[in-house]
Amino acid sequence: MTDIIVTNLETVPGRQIIKHLGIVQGNTVRAKHVGRDIMAGLKNIVGGELRGYTELLTDAREEATQRMMGEAIEKGANAVVNVRFSTSSITAGASELYAYGTAVVVE
Amino acid sequence: MGGILVAGILLVIGIIFGSRNERRHFDRIEQAEEELSDIKIFNIKTLPDNLEKGGALVTGNVVIAVDYFKVFIAGFIMLFGGRMSAYEKMMERARREALVRMQREAKKIGADAIYNTRIEFSAVGQRPNKIGGAELLAYGTAVRFS
Repeated sequence: MTDIIVTNLETVPGRQIIKHLGIVQGNTVRAKHVGRDIMAGLKNIVGGELRGYTELLTDAREEATQRMMGEAIEKGANAVVNVRFSTSSITAGASELYAYGTAVVVE
Repeated sequence: MGGILVAGILLVIGIIFGSRNERRHFDRIEQAEEELSDIKIFNIKTLPDNLEKGGALVTGNVVIAVDYFKVFIAGFIMLFGGRMSAYEKMMERARREALVRMQREAKKIGADAIYNTRIEFSAVGQRPNKIGGAELLAYGTAVRFS
């Protein structure tokens, strides 16, 4: 899992792409739990960083990336290039984190 | 009556702590930017020739909200339109913080520069008639010069 290269460039620096394996993607939908929501509500009074949300989104994005990498490995790739992230809020309490890129084989 | 009192207290707390937090946060960001200034950020894709092989995706994100007082003031401004400097500041804070965190991650893996940096925004925890937080995500490819 660790030796796969992930980059948002169109190539891997210093390496030649031998084969394109198509798009790979990973997503996750997360809801915040109530406790966090209440804490964030309190934090909203004084402003500043809502740390609970930051952590939640970091974890979720990590998971989406892992899923994307998993799919790439399944396809036999050793790198994922041109990775993009996108976030969409589905309802007021939940958001979807989505990561996608192109799986390739580099030399 | 009780409601007004609570709102009043929240406003005062917002004024005092909100602006203090903001000032301190800007100080912290400036300090971190200074510290991490050896890691250059580019948003171009064209790479120089003197790179080591390989690269790694680095990200930095932050969720930030404005304080109660500023939301209150913003409500007034929205009646007449115009510049909402409280939100401008919030976005600036979040964007710079996200970049700093991305740089920090790059430094951890021993990179020299970050290419193809993208900054993305999404709204978090929004209820229909209340302005919630904003998430800023910065990501790019960390590379090492040879």
